[in-house]
Amino acid sequence: MIEVQDLTKSYGAVTAVDHISFSVNKGEILGFLGPNGAGKTTTMRILTGYLPATGGTAKVAGFDVFEQSMDVRRHIGYLPENPPLYNDMTVATYLDFVARIKNVPPGSRARRVDTALEMTNITDKRDELVKRLSRGYKQRVGLAQALVHDPDVIILDEPTVGLDPKQIIEVRRLIKGLAGNHTIILSTHILPEVSMTCDRVVIINHGKIAAVDTPENLTSQIKGGERVHVEVRAPEKALSDLLRQIPDVRRVSVETHGNVGRVSATVETAAGKDVRSQIAAKIVGQGYDLFELRGVNLSLEDIFLQLTTEDPAHKATEN
Amino acid sequence: MRNLYAIYRKEMGHYFVSPVAYVVVGVFLILSGFFFSRIMEAVIQEALEAAMQGMQFGGAMPVDVPGIVLRGFFNVISFFLLLFTPALTMGVYAEERRRGTMELLMTSPVTDEQIVLGKFFASLSLYIIMLLPTLCYAVYMFLHSDPAPPWKLLFASYLGAVLLGGALLAVGSFLSSLTESQLIAAILTFGVFIILWVIEFAARGGSGDLSALFQYLSVTRHFDDFSRGVIDTSGVIFYVSLAVLGIFLTMRSVDSMRWRRA
Repeated sequence: MIEVQDLTKSYGAVTAVDHISFSVNKGEILGFLGPNGAGKTTTMRILTGYLPATGGTAKVAGFDVFEQSMDVRRHIGYLPENPPLYNDMTVATYLDFVARIKNVPPGSRARRVDTALEMTNITDKRDELVKRLSRGYKQRVGLAQALVHDPDVIILDEPTVGLDPKQIIEVRRLIKGLAGNHTIILSTHILPEVSMTCDRVVIINHGKIAAVDTPENLTSQIKGGERVHVEVRAPEKALSDLLRQIPDVRRVSVETHGNVGRVSATVETAAGKDVRSQIAAKIVGQGYDLFELRGVNLSLEDIFLQLTTEDPAHKATEN
Repeated sequence: MRNLYAIYRKEMGHYFVSPVAYVVVGVFLILSGFFFSRIMEAVIQEALEAAMQGMQFGGAMPVDVPGIVLRGFFNVISFFLLLFTPALTMGVYAEERRRGTMELLMTSPVTDEQIVLGKFFASLSLYIIMLLPTLCYAVYMFLHSDPAPPWKLLFASYLGAVLLGGALLAVGSFLSSLTESQLIAAILTFGVFIILWVIEFAARGGSGDLSALFQYLSVTRHFDDFSRGVIDTSGVIFYVSLAVLGIFLTMRSVDSMRWRRA
């Protein structure tokens, strides 16, 4: 449904999105996870046809976002970071206007507006002026706006920001319910949000894709492992065999540097196990020269450190 | 066409729920009503004096009271337009940019041209609605004056007012698309209008091509022809091209919003 190839966007010398590629299947919910300023919003804006890319291609529902922008826009519902609302309209008039500019046929317009109101649970606010609504309701009107023309693809930029815990749960349930008939991309900087709603996650940092995987795999990767980097003068094969003998070691990858006989190895272990002293003992015991031994942070971890792992909705249900 | 109408409809709805339109139209009508009555009193006074002199010395020249009143009135109107139209256009794009609703419009299957034209025709409609009540002054003159006011003069004056207004609204909308602040948009527009107005004074007394050019560029000078009852093609062309230029620049400016850093 969505195919992105080598997409790049630079503003002068600053590269906001740097050669990213990913695809989203029909009916899937894809999460964009990354700290603020990672390039999530820029990528979404390119997909919706709001911003032109500097390079690469992107296709939505089979249409190129640059060449066939109008077709793409017809197939997309988009909720920007700040819901694009007209303060002096009522909720129903606003949704009617959006339905008009999204080319909903006149015959089904009233029905579509009613459905969008129901789905986002704001039917009782339909005649209220937008400016009198609370932040949470405004966010839901923004969501209704993205759904009103029943688009194939829905792009939501931080859809749960500013909502109270109860509303967050409602919105997540709504998004999950939309999957199947709709293809959804949502961005967030809250880690648990992704595992709760998304089928797959793209982790973006500094405009680059750091990882693409299912939430389960990613969490086990991140939470369940430590890495140690060693540099030794030893035969490659012997070193790798030696390191594998250590209990709790899961994976060893060995690489030879230049021709001085030095070999560097990365040792992955189960979480919470520190095998550094055992590695040192083994290597010295074999009489190899040990040049370096240090723990390595997973690059994903760096990113995750900047993410919010605390889920506001979760906190409230506990209390 | 349906998209253009949707934008138009939204803009009109916006005008009539926001206080700006009511304040602008209201103040405009109060001031124009006041000036109309002052001008009429003054002209009638002069006409009476002229008639009395005519009776004393014979060979009185009949004074065209309705014609003079209309001419004076429309000169005042043309000046008011420079003051009031910036208030009608200042928010057209600036407010949408500030609220982020421009992003909604620009990611909907609506072309930039439809957005710009829809907004332009909405502001033009509001402007015509603002002018319409002044027709009752004309009706008043038809009921009470002898000779009746010249039809052609009245028609030419209103045509001129609509053309002048259309040009000013197009330029004002363009300036509104350059900023996110309504206040900055209004001040910019006001400044540009004043320049387009006083450019004529700069040309006065001078001669040569430059002075002729300045004269041509003055927005109010062309209006004088209309308020004298002359529908001059060069005036029509001037206003229409100024409006087209404004609309074209607005379209470019809306397009360029995509290329600027958000």
